Amino acid sequence: MILVIAEQDAGRPTALSLEARAVARATATAAGLPLEAVELDRDGAPPGDRAAALGRLIAVRRPLAVIGPGSDSATELLAHVAARAGLPLAANITALDVGGSGAGRPLQLTRQRWGGTLLEDATIEAGPALFTVAPHAVAAEPVGTAPEPLPVSLDVDGVAGDGLVRLVERVPMGTEGVALEAAPVVVGGGRGVGSAEAFGMLDELARLLGGTVGVSRAVTSAGWRPHREQVGQTGARIAPDLYIACGISGAVQHIVGCRGAKRILAINTDPDAPMVAAADWAVIGDLHALLPPLLEAIRDTR
Amino acid sequence: MNVLVCVKRVPATGGRVTLTPDARAIDTSLLGFTTSPHEECAVEEAARLVEAGGGTSTVLTLGPEAAIEQLRDAMAVGIERAVLLETDGTEWGPAATAAAIADAVRARESADGEPFGLLLFGNEAADSADYQVGVRVAVALDRPCVTGVKRLDVGAGAVRAWRERDGAWDVYEMPLPAVVTVREGINLPRYPSVPGRLRARRKDVERAPARRVPVADAVLTRLRLPAQAEHRVEILGTGPEAVPPVVEVLRQLGLVGR
Repeated sequence: MILVIAEQDAGRPTALSLEARAVARATATAAGLPLEAVELDRDGAPPGDRAAALGRLIAVRRPLAVIGPGSDSATELLAHVAARAGLPLAANITALDVGGSGAGRPLQLTRQRWGGTLLEDATIEAGPALFTVAPHAVAAEPVGTAPEPLPVSLDVDGVAGDGLVRLVERVPMGTEGVALEAAPVVVGGGRGVGSAEAFGMLDELARLLGGTVGVSRAVTSAGWRPHREQVGQTGARIAPDLYIACGISGAVQHIVGCRGAKRILAINTDPDAPMVAAADWAVIGDLHALLPPLLEAIRDTR
Repeated sequence: MNVLVCVKRVPATGGRVTLTPDARAIDTSLLGFTTSPHEECAVEEAARLVEAGGGTSTVLTLGPEAAIEQLRDAMAVGIERAVLLETDGTEWGPAATAAAIADAVRARESADGEPFGLLLFGNEAADSADYQVGVRVAVALDRPCVTGVKRLDVGAGAVRAWRERDGAWDVYEMPLPAVVTVREGINLPRYPSVPGRLRARRKDVERAPARRVPVADAVLTRLRLPAQAEHRVEILGTGPEAVPPVVEVLRQLGLVGR
C-alpha cells in the first residue's frame, strides 16, 4: 500500500497535496499497489499528536511508502514521524519507483537539491520510507480525474505527543498591498538598483502595473528592503504573469525563486548576466536611464 | 542561557554548477565555501541572545577539517566556543548527522553540568535541503521543537517562536530547553569586524571524531543537471529608445491600456 498525506484548507485539498497525490498515484499504479490517504486540516496545530498517531498507523498498516506534500507543515510532521519511528525521510522528491511486489528491494527516488537546480538519484530502504514531494515540480492531479484514494482516519486518541509545544496566538502580519507569492506582476530589484531611495521607481512601476516589488538577497543583505520581499531559495517562490528583473544578475539561488514566472523582462547592463539568459525580453542598459521615461510612457497610456 | 548553534559548510555556488566526473558531487575545485544562509541567521540569533541575556554561545558543525573555516566565521561575529565533529569528508545523510549531533550535545552537556537552553539550526541546508536534522535531534533528546521560525522571544524558562502561515504569524510557546530551526529573515546578520576575524583566528576549536551509527538514510546514486528548455531572449534595446517596445510588451500582456 502507498499512503498519501492530503492537507486540506476549508475541506479542499491544497495544491501541494494534489501534487503529492500525483506522485503517489504514479508510484502506486506502476507497482500495482492500492493508494490510501490520510486527510489533515492545515490549521497550524503543532505536529506532536499527529506524528504519534501517524507513527502508530504506519506501524499497523505497514505502507511501503508514505508520501506527503512539500508544505512546511507536512514536512515538519513527517520529520517528526521519521525521527520517532526511526524511519528514513527523503524531502523534495520528484519521482519514486517502488518496483514490483518484490519486498526488500530498495526504493529508487529522484529528489531536488539546491532548490531544484540539481537532481539527485538515490535509493532508500523501505521499512517503510517517508517522502515529501518538491513544490511545483510535478503536475497536480486534477480533482475528479481519478478514483479518490481510500481514506484512512487518523486516530489521535490516547497518543503520546510531546504536549510541550502549544499554538498560543495567531497574529496578523500588518503588511499591505499585493502578496508576493500571488502577485500577477512582480517588479524585481537587485544590487544594480544601487540604493534604497532608487527603489521608489520600482515601487511606482509595480503600482502602475498592479503588482508588487520583489528583491534579490543582495538587497536585503544591504538593508535596502525587508526580507519579506526577497525572492529566491531562502525567500519567496513567485509565479507572476510577468517578472520585471531590474539590475539582478540572476544567481541560481534567485532563479529558483522566479522560474515560476510565465514571462520575464530583464533590465541589465550585462548582456551575459544569467538573468538575461533566463528572460523572454531584455533591455541591455542602465535601469536608471530606462525607468524614468518608461514610467512616464505608462502614465501616458492611462 | 547557553545556546548551541549548528551549521553546515556548503559550496558557494552562484552560477551554473558542474559535477565531478563520477557525478556524485559538485565540482568545488573553482568554488569557495560558505555557511548555509538560514544558519548564518541562526548564528546571528545565538550571538544576540547571549549578548542580551548572558550565558555562553557555542557553534558546532559536522564535516571535514576544512569546516573549521565556517566555525571561525561564526566566532568572528561573536560566538565564543566551537566544536568540530570531524568526518572524512564524505557526505552524511540527515539521520546519521542528527544522531552524531545528539550524541555530541549529550556529551557536552554532561561535561558542562547543564543543558543548552536552546539548540538552534537552520530550517534546511542550502545543498541537500533535508528539512529534518533539527527535528531528529529534538526527538532524540526529547525536547520540544518548532521549525521555520522567523522571530524568537525568550522569556523565563520558556520561548515564543513565530512562524508564517498564509500571510499571518502562528505563535508557539514551549518550555526550555528547546530546539528551534530558523529561517533567513529572522534577523540581518552582521558583517564580521576585522578585530573579530583576528580574534576568531586565534581561538581554539574543540575537535572530536563524528560517531557514525547505522541508520537508514537515502543513499545517493548520482547527481544530474535538469534538462534545460531551449530558450531565446529578444533584446528590446539598450537605453531609453527601448521604452516603446517595452510598453508594447506590457500592452500585449494587457497590463497597460492603448
